[in-house]
Amino acid sequence: MAYTEEELKKELETKEYEYGFYTDIESDTFPPGLNEEVVIAISKKKEEPEWMTLWRLEAFKYWKEMKEPEWANVHYEKPDFQAISYYSAPNSKPKYDSLDDVDPELLDTFKRLGISVDEQKKLTGVAVDIVMDSVSVATSFKKTLGEKGIIFCSISEAIREHPELVKKYIGSVVPKRDNFYAALNSAVFSDGSFCYIPKGVRCPMELSTYFRINQAGTGQFERTLVIAEEGSYVSYLEGCTAPSRDENQLHAAVVELIALDDAEIKYSTVQNWFPGNKEGKGGVYNFVTKRGICEKNAKISWTQVETGSAVTWKYPSCILKGDNSIGEFYSIAVTNNFQQADTGTKMVHLGKNTRSTIISKGISAGKSQNSYRGLVQINSRADNARNFSQCDSLLMGNECGAHTFPYIEAKNPTAMIEHEATTSKIGEDQIFYCNQRGIDTEKAIALIVNGFSKEVLNKLPMEFAVEAQKLLEISLEGSVG
Amino acid sequence: MLKIKNLHASVEGKKILKGVNLEVNAGEVHAIMGPNGSGKSTLASVIAGKEEFEVTQGSIEFEGEDLDETSPEERAHKGVFLSFQYPVEIPGVSVTNFMKTAINESRKAKGLEDMPAKEMLKLIREKSEMLDIDRKFLSRSLNEGFSGGEKKRNEIFQMAMLEPKLSILDETDSGLDIDALRIVANGVNKLRSADKATILITHYQRLLEYIIPDFVHVIHDGKIVKSGGKELALELEEKGYDWLKQEATV
Ligand SMILES: Nc1ncnc2c1ncn2[C@@H]1O[C@H](COP(=O)(O)OP(=O)(O)O)[C@@H](O)[C@H]1O
Ligand SMILES: [Mg+2]
Repeated sequence: MAYTEEELKKELETKEYEYGFYTDIESDTFPPGLNEEVVIAISKKKEEPEWMTLWRLEAFKYWKEMKEPEWANVHYEKPDFQAISYYSAPNSKPKYDSLDDVDPELLDTFKRLGISVDEQKKLTGVAVDIVMDSVSVATSFKKTLGEKGIIFCSISEAIREHPELVKKYIGSVVPKRDNFYAALNSAVFSDGSFCYIPKGVRCPMELSTYFRINQAGTGQFERTLVIAEEGSYVSYLEGCTAPSRDENQLHAAVVELIALDDAEIKYSTVQNWFPGNKEGKGGVYNFVTKRGICEKNAKISWTQVETGSAVTWKYPSCILKGDNSIGEFYSIAVTNNFQQADTGTKMVHLGKNTRSTIISKGISAGKSQNSYRGLVQINSRADNARNFSQCDSLLMGNECGAHTFPYIEAKNPTAMIEHEATTSKIGEDQIFYCNQRGIDTEKAIALIVNGFSKEVLNKLPMEFAVEAQKLLEISLEGSVG
Repeated sequence: MLKIKNLHASVEGKKILKGVNLEVNAGEVHAIMGPNGSGKSTLASVIAGKEEFEVTQGSIEFEGEDLDETSPEERAHKGVFLSFQYPVEIPGVSVTNFMKTAINESRKAKGLEDMPAKEMLKLIREKSEMLDIDRKFLSRSLNEGFSGGEKKRNEIFQMAMLEPKLSILDETDSGLDIDALRIVANGVNKLRSADKATILITHYQRLLEYIIPDFVHVIHDGKIVKSGGKELALELEEKGYDWLKQEATV
C-alpha cells in the first residue's frame, strides 16, 4: 500500500514515529571481552558472508596496533575494552514493573519532552503490552520506498540482501584503519542503517532512525552507510534520547555518506545521550567518525544538535572530491555541568570550484568545556575553492570554557577562506530585560539560546527543529543561578 | 496604585536611593526629573525588581501589595512595565517572537491559554500602525543594530502590546528626533486611561510639552527634593537644577 501525503503527515505527527525507539526483545548478551573469537561470533550472529567476517578481522588486527587518540581537548577515564560486552541482542524482559520504580527525574524530562506515558514506559524498560518492531519504526515505510527503488534497512540486512553495494562502499570513505574508534567499530559494529537512493530519485520523505542504548555496560557500535546515486536526493535524520545510566558507556559509531555526481545528502542529528549527573558521574562517551564524499556537483550538509554525552568527540567531514561540489556543516553543541565536547568538521577541497560553509554554535554552561576544532584544507588542484567559517560561543557563568581551534591548510593561491569567531556571555541585563517583560529566567535563557542557535535550527527539518529547541531548553535548565 | 515609602537602596554597598517617597494613583502621569546620576534609573530598576539593587529600608506597594518578595517577572505580570533607558540586544530573537513569548508567559501566569495566532497578529498590526512602525522592523532581531530612536520606539511598541497598569518610561525621549518624539508621545497619550498610570523619567522638559504631567518631582542625590505641578518643569528649564541642589543641602 502506498502512502498518501496526508497519511504520511499523520504518521509523522504521531510520537510513535518521532520516538521510534528500539523496544527490548529477549536477548542473549556476550560476556565482556574482545578477541578474534568475539569478532567472528558477532559476524556469525549476524549471519554474515565470509568476506564480511574477514573484513572485520582485518579491522580488528589494525585496531590492536592502534592507540587511543589523545589530541582532543577532553579528559576522561579510558574505557577498559575488555570490560565491555560486544554483542547484545535486544531484550524484552521488563526492567521494572511500573513507572513508579523509575527515576523520577528522568520521567520528568520525558514529560517535558512531550513523551506519552506509553512511550515513557518503553523508554525506561517498563513492561508494556504492545510489542514493537525491533529494528526501526521506519520499516513501515519500506514499501513506499521500495516502489521508488530506495533501500532503507538495517546494515545487517543490507549485508545479507545487498552484498554488492555494501562491499563496494563500506570503508570507502572511512577506511578501517582511519582512526582508533573507526577501526574498533569496523571490527565489532552491531547494527546501524543502510540507505540507497537510486539514480535520479528524490526520496519523498525524511528517513529517520532513532537509536538508543539498550543495556547498561554494552558498548554501541553502529554503522551507517548512505549512498545517493547520480542526481538523487535524500534527507536523513538520526536522533536519540537519554536513558539514565550510572555507568560510563562507550559509543563509537561510523557514518559514511556517498554523494555521487549531482546528488545531495542532508544528514541531521539530534544527539541527547545521558550526559552524566550534576556531579559529572556516569554518562555516555561518544566517539564518532562521520564523513561524506562528494563527487561532481554533489552536496552534503551535516546539521547537528549535540546536547548529550559526557564526552563527545565528533567531526562530521566532507571530502569535496568532484568539481563544483559543496560541503556544509551546521552545528549546535551544548555542554552543561561536567560535560566535555570536542567537535567540529573537516572540509577537504580536492575539486575545482568547491565550496564549503561551516557554522558552529557552542553553548557552554556549568563547569563544562566546549571546543570547536575545524580543518579547512584546500588541495593544490582545487582552483577557486571557497570556505566560510563562523564559530560563535555563548558562555553561561564563569566556570565553563569555550575553545576554538581553526586549522587552515591552503595549497592553492586562488583559495578564498573567511573565518569569523565571536564569544559572548548571557548577561544579567539580558535576563532582567526578559524578566521585566514577564519572562522568567529559565524561559529567558531558552529564548536567548534559541536566538543564538537560530541559523542552525533553521537548517533542521521542521519536526526535528521543534524537538531540538525543547532539548536545548531542558539541557540548560538550572544553568544560571 | 503605587506607594513608595522611605525607600533606600544600594548596589555593591554604595547607597544610591536615600529615602524616596512617592505615591502614584490610577489615571495620573508623574514626571521625575533630575540631573545625571541622581538615581532616576535606579528608582525605576528597583520598582521593577532588579535583584542587583538591595532595598535596605522602606517599602514599595503596588495595588495594596508589598512587592518586597515579588520577582521581576511577577511584577511584570501584575502590570508593571519599564521602558529601559538602554534596551539590551537579543540576537536572533525577533521583536515579534519576543512579544509573543512575553504575552504568552504573562497569560500563563494568569492561568490563560496562549493567545491565538490570529489575535496576536491583529494586536501586532493595530499597535504597530498606531506607532507608525514598519512591519519589517518587527522581524528584525530585538534591538540588534537598532538606532537609538528605533530602540525607544520599540520599547513603546512593547508597552502598547502588553498594556501595563503602570508604565515607567526611562528617558524614552532621549535619542528621538522631533517627529519620532511626537509619535511616541502620541502613543503614550492614546494609552492613557483612568485605570492606568505613567511615570516619565526625563531630564528635559521637551517631552512634557507633548505628554502633560499631573505632577513633577525632582530627584537629587537619591531623594525627591521638590514636587509640584507641571509648571515646575518650566521653572527647572529656566533655572536649571543648581538652585534645588543648594536648597537641598541647606
Ligand atoms: N550597577 C551599578 N553599580 C554601581 N553603581 C551604580 C550602578 N547603577 C547605578 N550606579 C550609580 O548610581 C548612581 C545613580 O545612577 P542612575 O540611577 O543611573 O542615575 P540617573 O538615571 O539619574 O542618571 C550613579 O552614581 C551611578 O554611577
Ligand atoms: Mg538614567
